Formats: sequence, C-alpha cells, structure tokens
Amino acid sequence: MTALRLGLLDAGRVRQRYAGTTHIVRLHVALPPLDSPNWQSPLRAFAWGLRSVTTTVLALVLFATYLGIGALAHDSHFSLGWVLGSTILVWAGPAQIILISTLGSGATVVQAAIAVAVSAIRLFPMVVSVLPLLRTPETRRRHLVLAAHFIAVTLWVECYRLLPQVPRERRIVFTHGLGCGLLTVCLFATTIGYGLAANLPQLFAAGILMLTPLAFLLSTARNSRQLSDVLALVLGLALYPLASRLHTGVDILISGIVAGTIAYGAHWWRERA
Amino acid sequence: MSDWLSNFLGDPQALLVLVIAGFLPNEVWRMLGLWFGGGVDEGSEVLIWVRAVATAILAGVIAQILVQPPGALASVPDWLRYGAVAAGFAAFMLTRRSIFAGVVCGEVALVAGKWWLG
Repeated sequence: MTALRLGLLDAGRVRQRYAGTTHIVRLHVALPPLDSPNWQSPLRAFAWGLRSVTTTVLALVLFATYLGIGALAHDSHFSLGWVLGSTILVWAGPAQIILISTLGSGATVVQAAIAVAVSAIRLFPMVVSVLPLLRTPETRRRHLVLAAHFIAVTLWVECYRLLPQVPRERRIVFTHGLGCGLLTVCLFATTIGYGLAANLPQLFAAGILMLTPLAFLLSTARNSRQLSDVLALVLGLALYPLASRLHTGVDILISGIVAGTIAYGAHWWRERA
Repeated sequence: MSDWLSNFLGDPQALLVLVIAGFLPNEVWRMLGLWFGGGVDEGSEVLIWVRAVATAILAGVIAQILVQPPGALASVPDWLRYGAVAAGFAAFMLTRRSIFAGVVCGEVALVAGKWWLG
C-alpha cells in the first residue's frame, strides 16, 4: 500500500513537471464515459486506444521524427528491414538515432551499445512513473511487459492525459491499442522517409534529414523545465564539437556525461545555496 | 522474391548488431523499471543526474548531425544549417513553444536557402 501511495505521489510530481508538455494537445478527445458499456469488451478498449492516435498532435511530431530516422538510415547505408526492425524493437527515437549515427560513423558494436544504454536510462523513471496508473491489484508483471515496451516519451505523455478517462481494468489493453497505433504510424513514416531519401532530389532529401535535429531540439527544449535540463541541453550542444576532436568513438558519451554532470552540479549547488 | 527479401533485410550480421547494440541496451531499462520500479523515488537526486546526462547525450546527437551531417544534408553549407536551426528555435520561442511552428520555420529556411544557392 505504501509503495502504491508512493507511486501515485511520484506520478503527481511528474505530471506537474511536464504539465507544459500536454497543452500542445488541444484536440478534443471523445472517449466514452467511465461507466459506459463501451468499455466492457477488451477488444473495444483496444480499438479506443488505437483511435486515440488520431487525437494527438504528438503523433505528427513522431511522424516527422520517423521520416527523419528513415532518411538517416538510408543515407547511412542501412537496409529498410533493418530500420523498420529498429523502430519495432528499440521504439525510442533518440536511441535509434544514436545507434544509426554511431554505427554509421564507424563506431564498434560495444561503443554503440554503451551510447544507447546511457541514453536509454531515462526510460527507467518513465516506466516507474506510469506503472501506478496501469496496475490493478490483480495485475501480474508479465501483463505489463508489452505496455512497458511501448513506453517512450510520447506514449508516456499521452498516458497521463488519457488514462484517467479509461476504467482501470481496461487501461493495459487501451495502452496496447495506443502503442500499436503509434507504432504503425511510425513504421509508415520510417518507410516513407527511407523511400524519399532514396528518390528525392538533394534539396528535399536535405530537408528531411533536417527534421531529426529540429524535432529533437525543440521537443527536448519543451520538456526542459528544470535548470539542470536546460543547462544539460545547452552544454551538450556546445561541448560535442569540442569532444568530437578527440576522435574516441564515444565522443557523444564523453560530452554527454561531462555536460550532464556540470548541469547536475549547478542544480545541486543552487539547491544548497 | 528472395532477391527482394535479401535486399529488404540486408546484411544478417547488421540485424544481429541491431539486437545487441540497439534492442538489448535500450530495453533493459524498461524491464528494470518494471521489476524494481516500486522502490525508486522519481524525484531522487540520482534520477535528476541521469536525466541531465541523457538530455546532454541527446544534445550531443543533435550537434553531431548538424556539425558532421550525413548524406544529402552535407551538401548544405554549414552557415545555412546553423541558420536554419536558429530560425526554427526563434519561431519556437516566438510562438510560445510550438514545436510545429519551429520545425516548419527551420525547414522553410533550409530548403529556401539551399534552393536560392542553387
């Protein structure tokens, strides 16, 4: 019980911190009321999850990001099957871009794995904070494996917005629907981006590759509420060009750990003062 | 048909690399969150540091794409890439943090600039 309460408190804190993230989503969501018979069938709950994809502007941002990822994979000489596989298995835009760009620039498997692992640590707190929303007393861990796999920044934000409107016993299946819907959108976008990079004149191909840095920069800037996040973003941008002169193969890791630690130090120092 | 399939999948070794360097190191954090999630405080100091490092790594990736651009993006001069990002960021700030406005403005700046340069 204490653990559950703790979890709920944490969820509240996250919601507060990221409250700004959800207000770009202004479209009306017409989910049935909590006591509606619509929720009685799990299949229909899944369908409502699937349908909710069309109510989020974040799906558009995801679409643009994955167009960029498809194009990036093409220009880094990966196969279409490979990049679609990475979308299904990895299901985290930043990790996919790190994977493609580190492997594409000649890093070893171990170097790429370390860079991906470090970037993916942020998924840990996301999963931790969403679980209290999904769980019922009867829920087993294995029921949550697929839902946990779908957790990435978009689904995580959407869970906070949509799950309170879903009866608790249908939340897992609703999340599966939402996750499958977003994954389908992203698989389409990956394929289109890959095809466009292969066939478009250089002018537009350059434009599609530019989607990735723009979408990531702006969505990270948007999610940066605390001093430590803003500093980490600015310092991370500034330090990478310096670290890249070292040519270690893990330059991104070096600049990331240094910039992140300085940003955390500033946060710690300010809390103390 | 098998030609198409081997083209689609590419090098089998690359698929193995995808699992080892992409899937496993990423998925492990989700599963750890699922297994040990109950006991971790989301606001704890360690997680603030972790978030800062993860943000800085992502910033490094953004910088890498801009500084050492892949493929077709390399045909755009440096100043135009940086200028397009600055234009996108300015639009983002002016529109009270609209990602959409920022991305569109940055893209227009890049494509128009490159078209004008020929």
